[in-house]
Amino acid sequence: MANASIAGEAPGRPKYGSMSRDRTWALRWSYFFLVLFAIFFLMPPIYMLITSLKTSAEISAATNPWWISNPTLQNYIDLLSQNHFLVFFRNSAIVSICVVILTMMISVIAAFALARMKFWGSATLATGVFLTYLIPETLLFIPLFKMFSWVNEVFGIQLMNHWWTMIILYPTLTVPFATWIMIGYFASIPKELDEAALIDGATWMQTLTKIFIPVALPGIIAATIFTFTVAWAQFLYPLAFTTSTSELVLPVGIITTLIKGDVFNWGQIMTGALLGAAPPLIIYAFLMDYYIAGLTAGATKG
Amino acid sequence: MAQVTLRKVVKKYDEVLAVRGIDLDITDKEFIVLVGPSGCGKSTTLRMIAGLEEISGGDIAIGGHVVNDVPPKDRDIAMVFQNYALYPHMNVYENMSFGLKLKKTPKDVIDQRVRQAAQILDITELLDRKPKQLSGGQRQRVAMGRAIVRDPKVFLFDEPLSNLDAKLRVQMRTEIKKVHQKVRTTTVYVTHDQVEAMTLADRVVVMNGGIIEQVGSPNDLYHSPATKFVAGFIGSPAMNFISCQLEQAAGALRVRLNDTLSFPVPADRTTRYTPYVGKPNLMLGLRPEHITETRPHTEPNQHDFDMMIDVVEPMGMETLVYFTVNGREICGRVNPNAGAEAAQSMKLRADLSNMHLIDDSTGKVL
Repeated sequence: MANASIAGEAPGRPKYGSMSRDRTWALRWSYFFLVLFAIFFLMPPIYMLITSLKTSAEISAATNPWWISNPTLQNYIDLLSQNHFLVFFRNSAIVSICVVILTMMISVIAAFALARMKFWGSATLATGVFLTYLIPETLLFIPLFKMFSWVNEVFGIQLMNHWWTMIILYPTLTVPFATWIMIGYFASIPKELDEAALIDGATWMQTLTKIFIPVALPGIIAATIFTFTVAWAQFLYPLAFTTSTSELVLPVGIITTLIKGDVFNWGQIMTGALLGAAPPLIIYAFLMDYYIAGLTAGATKG
Repeated sequence: MAQVTLRKVVKKYDEVLAVRGIDLDITDKEFIVLVGPSGCGKSTTLRMIAGLEEISGGDIAIGGHVVNDVPPKDRDIAMVFQNYALYPHMNVYENMSFGLKLKKTPKDVIDQRVRQAAQILDITELLDRKPKQLSGGQRQRVAMGRAIVRDPKVFLFDEPLSNLDAKLRVQMRTEIKKVHQKVRTTTVYVTHDQVEAMTLADRVVVMNGGIIEQVGSPNDLYHSPATKFVAGFIGSPAMNFISCQLEQAAGALRVRLNDTLSFPVPADRTTRYTPYVGKPNLMLGLRPEHITETRPHTEPNQHDFDMMIDVVEPMGMETLVYFTVNGREICGRVNPNAGAEAAQSMKLRADLSNMHLIDDSTGKVL
């Protein structure tokens, strides 16, 4: 109302350096760059979608790659009727879900201990967790290889070439990061809250389950999504540690079964990639609000 | 019966002594306020009583039982924190009942206690709300409600009003006093605000540098401070301290401030002060309200003097005048109609019957 009356008193007055003028320009630039980035990042998936709807003949023909002359769902039908693909999908799903559960169980408890229970060396350990995350996986798989052969020699347990080995492998990547996110999140919870719980008679475990986990839920969901994405998209470890078709997970399975020698079955590769991208996408769509809340936690005062 | 006893309690952080061996007896149903500047060890002391800090030495007993190694939940205490520490994901009812639920109290008992506490604090209509939907004062009430519901032996308050604005602080201060009058639970209350301490406490404990300077009723502390620190800390504007000498002439004592200004010491203090005649490092302590404008009627031990006024601060019900003696700024409280004006000489009256003589080298009031 106040704005309206002021505007009414001075019609047509130029707005030199006014807030609204600044805002308009800021918005224009924002839109410009956002549209630019959206086009840039959406191009590959759209190309995948277009290619997946073409026949092999049309893909290799020298026509406009952005146009489909004879749309077909044959690639989808072929892929989904193959036993392989469903096995890959199942392997990936089981591995990812187990990794998420395992990771969250370890990292929530670890983060709580590191963030809240003052014990000798807790600060050093927290830094250690972060340093672990900084080591690239490409450096880890050779020592892991060695470890597996040692386990095989000593205990007679063959860890190579099993999809379930991924369940214990992936947490080496996900636990440090998830723990790090959770430490940050737990640290932002006021100290008085656990002291109040302590006086109210809660044990450490009750403080964790009844106070920390509900309060830090956005952070936990963010860590869950991250873990799922990493586990679902992991490529290097399954490529290095699994070989039999029945033991492959989706990203490796698509590549190894659909590329035969130098023959690339592009239509099915794109279809597989697109279908493989669906589960994380669906999870993001449902948990997006939590994810953003988790990433921006601590930025503003609750 | 819940008296709290502290015996030679020490708290050490690495090599820093935060609390240097304090003794304190808090009787049942008493409202004790720990007051002092920041870093004086008052919050640490409270947290040691709560069990949130381990004690480095000495004994703490609640209700006659030494609780040095008893975890907070078994000490039967309740604490109200400065930032309220309400559980943000629970509504008011759940916040208040959390402790009882953990103790597996029957549901109907919980319900009865929560509603009773809500009634005392006038927050019944807020029971379904989340802390986020409450104002600062309402959150403060809920935090108190959470404490009352548990019916503890001792209430501990850690600067509970610091986060509130000035007006609400005064209102909640009265509220806390009312609640204590209704509930009559032994209370230990920490604050840095001496007005809060004076208005709330049965007895005030003034702390400084990890030790207790003085324990006493608000009036005791105000009128008979034991140390220069207490004299300066309690009361606003603070007590004036003026360097002085004690002279003896013809059987009577005089405090001499400088060549031109000296006052006779009240006769009833002659014996007390005689040993200090001629001693160095003496200070005269006189509260601003004992330096007034002259009045027609003179009481014993009141003495008039002329002074050049530096600054005048009208407060409405009174006017503060500032002048300089021996290089120190001195404050007096005069009637608004006394005609005080800056840079003009004014006739003032000092009431020596309320004087304090302080040995500045030891900080003791003599």
